[in-house]
Amino acid sequence: MKHQAEEIAVQERKTLGFWIYLMTDSVLFAGLFATFAVLRGNTFGGPSGAELFNLPFVLLETMILLVSSFTIGMALLGSARGFKKQTIFWLMITFALGAAFLTLELSEFSKLAAEGNSWQSSAFLSAYFTLVGTHGLHIAVGLLWLIVMIVRLWRFNFKKSDLGRLALFGMFWHFLDVIWIFVFSIVYLMGAA
Amino acid sequence: MKGRMTTHDTSTRYASYIVGFILSVFATLVAYLVVVNHIWPMETLVYIILGVAVMQLIVQSVFFLHIGQGSRWRLITFVFAIIIVLIVVVGTIWIMNNLDYNMMRMTPDQMQLYMKQHEGI
Repeated sequence: MKHQAEEIAVQERKTLGFWIYLMTDSVLFAGLFATFAVLRGNTFGGPSGAELFNLPFVLLETMILLVSSFTIGMALLGSARGFKKQTIFWLMITFALGAAFLTLELSEFSKLAAEGNSWQSSAFLSAYFTLVGTHGLHIAVGLLWLIVMIVRLWRFNFKKSDLGRLALFGMFWHFLDVIWIFVFSIVYLMGAA
Repeated sequence: MKGRMTTHDTSTRYASYIVGFILSVFATLVAYLVVVNHIWPMETLVYIILGVAVMQLIVQSVFFLHIGQGSRWRLITFVFAIIIVLIVVVGTIWIMNNLDYNMMRMTPDQMQLYMKQHEGI
């Protein structure tokens, strides 16, 4: 019993440590958002956000990420009850949704670059690619993390440490969803308004 | 934390995820439709978009990240991070707008000319 209490305390500390990392990460994003807000008008004679962004496409990206935030929650709840298959199933759905999101984002980036609106074209586009690209990089890292966890669960049995790792990943993924809400609102919706 | 979880805990958490998800989808659609249909002028829209985004931040923090449950330090660091984020973002926009205003809102070409004539740059 005493051993179990100790384990819980260790997990609480890890959760708090990871949480503090997420909070510092939000300060990084704050810097990128501030840069974008200042530079959004400086299009250097090129097209502005209203001309470049395809809102229904971005809404689709947003919904995909939102659903993946829900499915990672389902995976966490499955793992808390000890259902291994259910956890792996929801983790795989989350991975598919995250990969779909990243594919859509990269296709949007390559379309912009192919039309001559790359990050070198204007201050607005530099700020845009840095902000949205940094979020995409986080998603890519999250997908790698997901692969590792799915393979671990597939090959080995559930352990207490796996539950802890899943909980941390869940926080990371929800955090990225929250950041994306602000990207969606500030970059895309305000750009088009 | 997880070890102590009972069936009752998980069933309430299922409900929390479903409620959070529905509210988030609703907020996203409201913000999207308001912008696409141009219901209000630009100045009003900016505040509405920001308001809906902050509402969704609160919804997801409560229903997905479970802020306020468990360790008190999570809440404290969360509030601290929000303060820092607000200082960085609001401060930057404020200062840069002020700078822009003091430069008499010149276009880049006018600015270059002004710098050449008055500052010798």
